Amino acid sequence: MTRKLKKFDFWVVASIVVLALYILFMLYPMLKVLIQSFVDSETGKFSLMHFQKFFSQPYYFGTLLNSFKVAVASAFFALLIGIPLAYFYNVYRIRGAKTLQMLIILSSMSAPFLGAYSWILLLGRSGVITKFLEGLLGITMPSIYGFKGIVLVLVSKLYPLVFLYVSGAIKNIDSSLLEASANMGRTGLKRFFTVVIPLCMPSILAAALMVFMRALADFGTPMMIGEGYMTFPVIIYTSYVGEVGTDHNFASAVSIIAVVITLIVFLAQSYATKKTTFSMSAMHHIERKEAKTLPSILMHIYSYGVVAVSIFPQIYLIYLSFRKTSSNGNAFKPGFSLDSYKYVFENMGSSIWNTIRICGGALILIIIMAILISYLVVRRNNAINRVIDTMSMIPYIIPGAVIGIALILAFNNPKFPLVGTAWILIISMCIRRIPYTIRSSVAILGQIPMSIDEASESLGAGKLKTLIKVTIPMMLNGIFSGAVMSWVTLITELSSSLLLYTFRTMTLNIAVYVMVAKGSDGRACAMATILTLFTVITLLIFNKFSKDGEIMM
Amino acid sequence: MNVGIKIDHAVKIYKGFTAIHDLSLDIKPGEFFTLLGPSGCGKTTLLRMIAGFNSIEGGKFYFGDRLINDLDPSKRNIGMVFQNYAIFPHLTVRKNVAFGLQNRKMSKEQIQAQTDKFLKLMKIDEYADRMPEQLSGGQQQRVALARALAIEPDVLLMDEPLSNLDAKLRVEMREAIKEIQNSLGITTVYVTHDQEEAMAVSDRIAVMNKGDIQQIGTPKALYQRPENLFVATFIGRTNVINSKIYKDASGVGIVTDEGEKVPVAALIPELVEDGQEVVVSIRPEEFVIDQNNTKGISATVVYSTFLGLNTHYFCDLDNGQRVEIIQESKIDDIIQNGTKLKLDIKTEKINIYTKDGSKALVK
Repeated sequence: MTRKLKKFDFWVVASIVVLALYILFMLYPMLKVLIQSFVDSETGKFSLMHFQKFFSQPYYFGTLLNSFKVAVASAFFALLIGIPLAYFYNVYRIRGAKTLQMLIILSSMSAPFLGAYSWILLLGRSGVITKFLEGLLGITMPSIYGFKGIVLVLVSKLYPLVFLYVSGAIKNIDSSLLEASANMGRTGLKRFFTVVIPLCMPSILAAALMVFMRALADFGTPMMIGEGYMTFPVIIYTSYVGEVGTDHNFASAVSIIAVVITLIVFLAQSYATKKTTFSMSAMHHIERKEAKTLPSILMHIYSYGVVAVSIFPQIYLIYLSFRKTSSNGNAFKPGFSLDSYKYVFENMGSSIWNTIRICGGALILIIIMAILISYLVVRRNNAINRVIDTMSMIPYIIPGAVIGIALILAFNNPKFPLVGTAWILIISMCIRRIPYTIRSSVAILGQIPMSIDEASESLGAGKLKTLIKVTIPMMLNGIFSGAVMSWVTLITELSSSLLLYTFRTMTLNIAVYVMVAKGSDGRACAMATILTLFTVITLLIFNKFSKDGEIMM
Repeated sequence: MNVGIKIDHAVKIYKGFTAIHDLSLDIKPGEFFTLLGPSGCGKTTLLRMIAGFNSIEGGKFYFGDRLINDLDPSKRNIGMVFQNYAIFPHLTVRKNVAFGLQNRKMSKEQIQAQTDKFLKLMKIDEYADRMPEQLSGGQQQRVALARALAIEPDVLLMDEPLSNLDAKLRVEMREAIKEIQNSLGITTVYVTHDQEEAMAVSDRIAVMNKGDIQQIGTPKALYQRPENLFVATFIGRTNVINSKIYKDASGVGIVTDEGEKVPVAALIPELVEDGQEVVVSIRPEEFVIDQNNTKGISATVVYSTFLGLNTHYFCDLDNGQRVEIIQESKIDDIIQNGTKLKLDIKTEKINIYTKDGSKALVK
C-alpha cells in the first residue's frame, strides 16, 4: 500500500458536519421521545403503562384503526381518480391541457385543513349548499363530518400526487410499446390494464405510499372535520397540549407506535416496489392523439369535473375573503368589503413576514443540505455516507406531530434553549422536507455522468471549484423545480409547527388555523387567500424559469 | 511538455479483486501509445490510474522523473478526453475550451488567444458561442479534444473517444486525432477495443488481457509476429489449425493432415523437436487457392462473400474444420460452392505456437 491516507478534504468535513447535525437534531430528539415513552408520568420510573393504556383502551387503540381506514381509503380513491386522469392527460388531446395541469397542481398546494374548513363552509351543518338544498328542495345532505369528510378532503388534496407520479411514468413509456400491443391485437381498456398499468406500477406504488403516509400523518383535517372521529395524530396533539390534562409521556408513547407503524408500511412498500421495478426510458414519447367525439367529451367532463371539485373550495374561500363581515370578523354579512384584508395587514402583518423569513430560511438550508448530502451519497460512496443516506430517509416515516414533540423534548432545556425561537421551526421544517429534496437531488445527480466531474478535475479545477462551477450549475434546473415544491410544502406545513410556534413566530398558515379555531372566518379567509397568492406566484415563477415544466414532489 | 510515462509494477485491487497484477510499461516522450484489449482487460483502469481517478494499490507511476502516485488529478497537468466527451452542458463551446485555462494564472487576453488557437486548430471556431447540445457528435468530440489540448498538458489521455461516433465519422476523426498529435508531438495514451482503430493511430500498442500485457509493439509487429495465440486471434482474423512439427535433415516445418511436409523457414530449430504438437495461425490472406489441385491442403468451398476489393471463401478442410480465405477479387467467375480445391500456404507469413498457444516458435 503506497497510497497515503486520504487528505482531510472538503467532503470529509462535510460528511462529519452532516452526520453531527443529524445526530443532534434528529436522533437525539427521537431518543428523548423513546425514553419518555417508557417513563411513568408520576414516579419517573421505567414503565410500560403508556403502551398498556394505548392498547387496552378501545378509545385510544381505535384511533389507530381509524387512521388506517382513512389512509387506506384515501390512497384507494386517490389512485382511482388520479390514474385515469393521468392516462387521459398524457395519451389523449385535452383542450386547455396546460391550464388543467396548473389547476391540478394548484389544488394540491394548500394545507389540507383549509380544504376541510372550506368544505365545512359549503357542506357542513350550516353550509351554503346544505342550506340551499334543504331550503329549496327539501333534500337533507348526508353529514360531511367524520370519516367521509376526512377522506373527501384528503383525496381532493392528494390525487394530484398520483397524477404527477403516474404522468411521469407514462412519459417514460415508449410509444412503440403501445404500438406493439396494438399490433398484437390488444387495444383500448384491455391494453390499459395489461400494458399501461403494469408499466406504471412502480410509480403507482410510490404514489400510493405517498398518499398513504400523508393521510396517515395529517393532523389538521381530522381535527377540523373529524368531530368524534379520532385519528392518532389528533391523540398525539391533544395529549400533548390538550385542555384536559396533558401527558407528555403518553404522547411520546403514541408517537413511538406511530413511527413503528409507518416504518412497517414503508418497508412493505419498498418490498413491493423491488418486486415490480424495472428501468424504462422512452426513445419515442407517446404523442397525444385525438380521441373519438363521445369518449373525448366524456374525458373532458371527467378531467375538468375532478379539477373543479377539488379547486372549488379554494375559490370559495377567496370569494369569502372579500365579503363584508361583522365587526369581530366572525359572521359574514351581505355585500363586499376589504375589511378582512385591512385587519390582517394591520394586525397580522408579522405573520406574512414570518412566513417569508422562516420558510425562506428553511428553504435555503434545505437546498444546501440536499446538494451536500446528495453529492456525498452519489459521489462519495463510503460507510459514513451510507449511514447518512439511511438517516436522511428517517424523517420520511416520522409524522410531523412527532417531530414537533421530539424537538420540544430535546431543546426545551436551558443549555440549548431553542424552543420558542424561529430556529426550532426552521429545523423542524428542514427535517420534514429534506428526505423529498434529497431523493430528487440524488436522482438528478445520478444522471450527471461522473466523467463530467473528472473532466473538470483533469482541467485543473479542485474539488470545491468543480462543485461550484460544474456540478451545482448542472443540477440547478432540477434543484429549482424541487425547491418550488419545497417552498409550497413549507408555507403550508402545520402538524409540527402548530406545536412549535409562539406568538412571535406565527406563520400565515398557523395564523389561518388559529383564526379558524377562533371562528374568525372572514380574516381566516383573507389570510388563506394571501397564502394561495404566495402559491400562485411561486408556480408562475416556476413556469417562467423551468425548462421542461416538470415538477418534482 | 513531452514527458515520458513510466509505470513500475502497478497493482490495482477493486474490492478484493485484483484487476491488474503486476504491470510495467515505458512510454516514450511524444509517443502515441495505445492500450488495446477486450472489455474488462484493465485498459481503462490503467488509464484512470495514470489520470489519478483510480487509486493505486501498488507500484510507481512517473511522468518523466516525477513520481505522481499521490498527486491530485487537478495537479497532474493532463488533458483527458472521455468516452462520453463529458462536455459541460451549461457552458458554451468557448467557455468549455477556456475552462482549464481559467484555473491557471493567466490574463483574460492570454486565455482568449489560447482558446481561439485551439478552436481554430480543431476547426470549431464557427461554433464558439453555441451550447454543446446544438452540436453533432463529431463536433462535440472536437470540443472535448480542444478543451483537453488547450491547457497544453504534459500527457493526453483518451478513453475510447470514438466509440460513440458512426463508422464514417470515426475514420475521419481518427485521422484528425493522429494529425494533431503528430503536429503537437504530445505524449498520448489512447484506450480502445477496436484493433483497426488502434493500428491506424498508434506508434506502439500494448495488447492487454485479464490485467496483463500480452505484447507491446508496433502495429506491424503485432499483426505479423504476434507473440502468442491470444494476440494472433485478437489482432486481425486468423485460422487456427492443429499441426505437428517435423525436424530432420531436410530442415524444419509442419506436417499436414495428409502427411505432406511443409517447410517453414522462420521456425526456430532450437525451440522445436520432431513430432511436437503445435498450433498454426494462418491469416485468411496467407492461404493461396490452387484451383489446379496440385499441392497444398485439400478443401471444399462451402460459401463465398464478395466484398468488392476482396472475395472471402469459407471452406471445409477434410477433417471438417472451417477456414476462411481472402483473395483479391478477380474478373473471372467466383468459385462455385462445392468446388474441391487445394490451399497453399505463404509459409514466410504464418505463425506457429506451442500447443497451449503461449509461446511463439517462429522468429
